[in-house]
Amino acid sequence: MPESASAGPLSFPPSPAVPSSVSTPGPELVQLLTPEGERVTHPDYDVHLGDGEYRDLYRDLVLVRRIDVEATALQRQGELGIWASLLGQEAAQVGSGRALQPGDFAFPTYREHGVAWCRGVDPLKLLGLFRGVSNGGWDPHEHNFNLYTIIIGSQTLHATGYAMGVQRDGAEDAVVAYFGDGASSQGDVNEAFIWASVFNAPVVFFCQNNQWAISEPLERQTRIPLYLRASGFGFPGVRVDGNDVLAVLAVTRAALRRAREGSGPTLIEAFTYRMGAHTTSDDPTRYRLQSDLEAWKLKDPLERMKAFLYKQQLADAAFFAEVEQAADELAARVRHGCLTMADPEPLAIFDAVYAEGSSLIDEEREQLAAYLAAFEPTAEGRSS
Amino acid sequence: MAQVTLGKAINTGLRAAMEGDSKIVIMGEDVGKLGGVFRVTDGLQKDFGESRVIDTPLSESGIIGTAIGMALRGYRPVCEIQFDGFVYPAYDQIVSQLAKIHYRSNGLCPMPVTVRIPYGGGIGAVEHHSESPEAYFAHTAGLKVVSPSNPVDAYFMIQQAIACNDPVIFFEPKRRYWEKADLDMSQTPVGLHDARIVRPGSDVTVVAYGPMVKTALDAAAAAEAEGRDLEVIDLRSMSPIDWPVLLGSVRKTGRLVVVHEASVFLGVGAEIAARVSERAFYSLEAPVLRVGGFATPYPPSRLEEDYLPDLDRVLDAVDRALAF
Ligand SMILES: Cc1ncc(C[n+]2csc(CCOP(=O)(O)OP(=O)(O)O)c2C)c(N)n1
Ligand SMILES: [Mg+2]
Repeated sequence: MPESASAGPLSFPPSPAVPSSVSTPGPELVQLLTPEGERVTHPDYDVHLGDGEYRDLYRDLVLVRRIDVEATALQRQGELGIWASLLGQEAAQVGSGRALQPGDFAFPTYREHGVAWCRGVDPLKLLGLFRGVSNGGWDPHEHNFNLYTIIIGSQTLHATGYAMGVQRDGAEDAVVAYFGDGASSQGDVNEAFIWASVFNAPVVFFCQNNQWAISEPLERQTRIPLYLRASGFGFPGVRVDGNDVLAVLAVTRAALRRAREGSGPTLIEAFTYRMGAHTTSDDPTRYRLQSDLEAWKLKDPLERMKAFLYKQQLADAAFFAEVEQAADELAARVRHGCLTMADPEPLAIFDAVYAEGSSLIDEEREQLAAYLAAFEPTAEGRSS
Repeated sequence: MAQVTLGKAINTGLRAAMEGDSKIVIMGEDVGKLGGVFRVTDGLQKDFGESRVIDTPLSESGIIGTAIGMALRGYRPVCEIQFDGFVYPAYDQIVSQLAKIHYRSNGLCPMPVTVRIPYGGGIGAVEHHSESPEAYFAHTAGLKVVSPSNPVDAYFMIQQAIACNDPVIFFEPKRRYWEKADLDMSQTPVGLHDARIVRPGSDVTVVAYGPMVKTALDAAAAAEAEGRDLEVIDLRSMSPIDWPVLLGSVRKTGRLVVVHEASVFLGVGAEIAARVSERAFYSLEAPVLRVGGFATPYPPSRLEEDYLPDLDRVLDAVDRALAF
């Protein structure tokens, strides 16, 4: 065959390889604490905390990890239907959660147990959802923390709309929308970017890039680093070491300040790693290498904060022992609360379908009540 | 008393609602400067400003998704979806979020969001501009679904929908936008979900909603000339459905014909036929008959007259009901 015939009009050049910058951060990565616990400086971001505040951050990290470990154990014992572990993402969640002001409002996915903790939501309420006693479980307005949203990406639009409400109120609150690397492929997330951008809404898009969307690696979602997406929508993006609680705190505070000042949205890509399975139903050995996990263990968010506290002599052995004990007590409370959590009454199925009721719901509630009553024993024994 | 079109009646209702509640915002594509492609929001942005009448990005999921967020912040959004066939990009936000948030929050987060959708055929439009998707929404728990058939109902029902603390899908019969009626704004409206007997009769009950109410009334007038006395019910609400009015009528006439533009298969008429058979079995002299669209996509507009129920198709069903 002549040479020219082999290159027909339908032969395209091979796709270029995914650039390594997608999954290997370079100097753009904001870091204030190395994996070894060394404090480093950054030209744009910094935090100045009191000694007690550093210790409090560490305490948060330990406690949320312990909640997570306990919940995973409860699932294994059949007490929860499923659990989505935050293992490895504690710093991304505590750092951003602690950056929020009381009036700010957070819109989580289903994995933001660390943010929930920062917003004062009782961990038992999170467990209620995974146990199946509620589809929600807490009052979003009491905690300024929306209910978990399971449909990937939806909540980024809710956050943007909420931020548009903040604008109309003339308030100085900011809003944060959590989502994952997989969610970045959703239409809703991209629509939220557009809306927030054109309306200059006071919302921070906080992407926890944990490298995985169940079994699909980051490279299946993007061919550019996620934080760079923001520029296409007309607002800044920043990539932060998601396992560095200090850097996450600094970057999120700055983005929230920008939002409050009326400068519009920011995209934060918190570069982290899902150290556990996607959920307790998942088996990551089918799709990822143990060696990757081992490499990320060296960047553990708790270990580096602990090393920092030791090195800076901000905490002593008594402090660490006290935190361990607090974690044990919390775990015991979570376990006991879960085991004694009552199922709702059957007729609760019909509760709150509508704010103003519906004749159809009333009718079906009565039908089920009558049906159930037929099984209740009467004075003469069991009714028919 | 002023004669107003159905479109203008909704516009007047929107204005009245907005004057009474500063938390009401209108959001949609081209609803501001243009006043909407059907001019239903005409003049509202000029009078209420750009922060209350929002020309949104061309993004239906975004319209509903952000409306949900605004509702969480205490606002009462009225969303416009430009045409029936463009609601599907927003379907997920409507079904998975809007409809479920009150339930998910165990009553703590009401969703007072109205979604206005011009719907139905008969205007010679291109594909996606003539659909009747109401059954998808009526099938979804947590939503309320209504459709006015005339200017007076349109004026009151839009205000009732906006005042409702539940999400209401408000289907506007676009081919009737230009129908006129006297609008007495001082009267007391019936409830948003009440059906209404718009023509009493004794031989056969014909139930319709939205654009088909006029068709049913025209059919009743034609039947009268042949000595047949049809009772016409304007259903007004497809979720919930006002069963007492429907069942009362069927117990009187013994015969029921349901008319809608949407496909008959698994449409609102299917639910009506099933329930009426369950509840009024011994009153029925004939099976419940349904007149509606075929089990096809909406056809090219040169064929729509053959697709859409009309006076003759309704009378044909009436004849069949009476033949039992
Ligand atoms: C619309 C939708 N599609 C699919 C799923 C199933 N699902 C749940 S989590 C998930 C992966 C999400 O990945 P990512 O956004 O990276 O968040 P992560 O789980 O890593 O925190 C998928 C596919 C879903 N919940 N919603
Ligand atoms: Mg992920």
